[in-house]
Amino acid sequence: MKIVLLVLEAGLRDLTRNRWIVAYGLCFLLLAEGLFWFGGTGPQVALSLLNIVLMIVPLVALVFGTIHMYASREFVELLLAQPVPRPQLFAGLFLGLALPLSGAFAVGAGIPFAWHAGAGTGGGALLALFTAGIALSVAFSAIATWIALSTEDRLKGVGLSLGVWLASTIVYDGLVLAAAAAFADYPLEKPLLGLMLANPVDLARMLVLTQLDVSALMGYTGALFERTFGTGLGTSIAVATLAAWCAVPLALAARRFQRRDF
Amino acid sequence: MISANGLRKKFAALEVLDDVSLDVRPGAVTALVGPNGSGKTTFIKIVLGLTRADAGSFSVDGHLADAAGAYRRHIGYMPQAARFPENLKVKDVLALIRALRPDAPRDEELVSAFGLAAEMDKAVGTLSGGTRQKVNAAIAFLFRPSLLILDEPTAGLDPVASGILKEKIRQVRAEGRSVLITSHILAELEELADDVAFLCDGRLRFAGTVAALLERTGQTRLEPAIAALMRIEGARRSALVEPATTTGWPTPAPEAL
Repeated sequence: MKIVLLVLEAGLRDLTRNRWIVAYGLCFLLLAEGLFWFGGTGPQVALSLLNIVLMIVPLVALVFGTIHMYASREFVELLLAQPVPRPQLFAGLFLGLALPLSGAFAVGAGIPFAWHAGAGTGGGALLALFTAGIALSVAFSAIATWIALSTEDRLKGVGLSLGVWLASTIVYDGLVLAAAAAFADYPLEKPLLGLMLANPVDLARMLVLTQLDVSALMGYTGALFERTFGTGLGTSIAVATLAAWCAVPLALAARRFQRRDF
Repeated sequence: MISANGLRKKFAALEVLDDVSLDVRPGAVTALVGPNGSGKTTFIKIVLGLTRADAGSFSVDGHLADAAGAYRRHIGYMPQAARFPENLKVKDVLALIRALRPDAPRDEELVSAFGLAAEMDKAVGTLSGGTRQKVNAAIAFLFRPSLLILDEPTAGLDPVASGILKEKIRQVRAEGRSVLITSHILAELEELADDVAFLCDGRLRFAGTVAALLERTGQTRLEPAIAALMRIEGARRSALVEPATTTGWPTPAPEAL
């Protein structure tokens, strides 16, 4: 445990002084404050911010995470040459990436909401928005870590990260929509629900939209999700599946780190 | 201090280490030499536990390798190129490494000899390559380990720093600890090495004292002796690939250093 904290502390020290992380946090601060500035009410700001979070958080976690893990390679080798067990080193390294990323988002987007005292946003909606942002940060940093540990070629690794981002944020929705249109004559509810659970970005969107009470914006799958499970159960399922989206890539990355040759 | 027995490692189809058994004596500097791709780095990484051998075993100072890596408390490692997290200060890096080995005896001599006190508050990312290498060297010697593994230690160091490091290596040897060095600068190995281990294509082709190597190759200095070893290996290798020359590819000439 002590080793985890030591490595984590070094990671925090490094990344809180990293200009990209600082810029990333500032970007959320300016966006949220700007949305309030232009006269948005709390729920409107939360909704606009959600759409940005769903694009930006996975992108930054994937690309920055992959590049950071590659850049840490020599340092990791030096740490591995110390009398330290690998699992603890991995935990420290991963938290040293995921915490600054989640923190930059939470602090950057949190300050304007705190400043305006929520501005009429429901507690549930705020909780959902920040849970979604942090869960996406953790899930996609875990995927980035896994990619960086599994792909020797750095360029290929970063390319793979961009591919995952494109697939989960842009291509996936398009494919779901195309599938819904193409098979409109068939009962699609169950397969579509399955497709939704299979994408953390969709899950995060669902989680926040059900809390914001703007079902009209939820789209086909979202409406279906709420109708099938209801708000309470739907939220629990979304949270549990998001947690699985953090845990599974993390377990894969940890296993890779444990077994790989450096 | 290292006792390696039948180490084997394969990457895909390539046999990187093929049944390597090597003993590194205490109180001696052992030069690990060989052409590029001969398996030197893989050997070092296996001893450090960075890479796992497919077969064979090794011990360091009598301690068998264990999964938790406790045997590494007896090793100080200086990698070829040091890279630390850019925004950490020099003192943060040293503090982290010290905290990871809280019970080990300390040897801060290189920290002061290299004048690192003046660099403590600088971010690692702003340091010159040479200063980073000094930090790297200071870390390796920080805990009085019984085995030092130095990978191209003087690359990037200025002559003064390089002299300090060599002096430190001699001191470690005099204390009965052992040093394993890889370097392509043979003149430097000539100054320091007591023993030579020569790897080629993953096989240990020679292991013994410098005197034994000189006698075997009929040379008077280490540099031409190693060059002679490489030539012998090169000739043997091109003899082995002879049939392939019928395809029209030129046989690579055995290169002298």
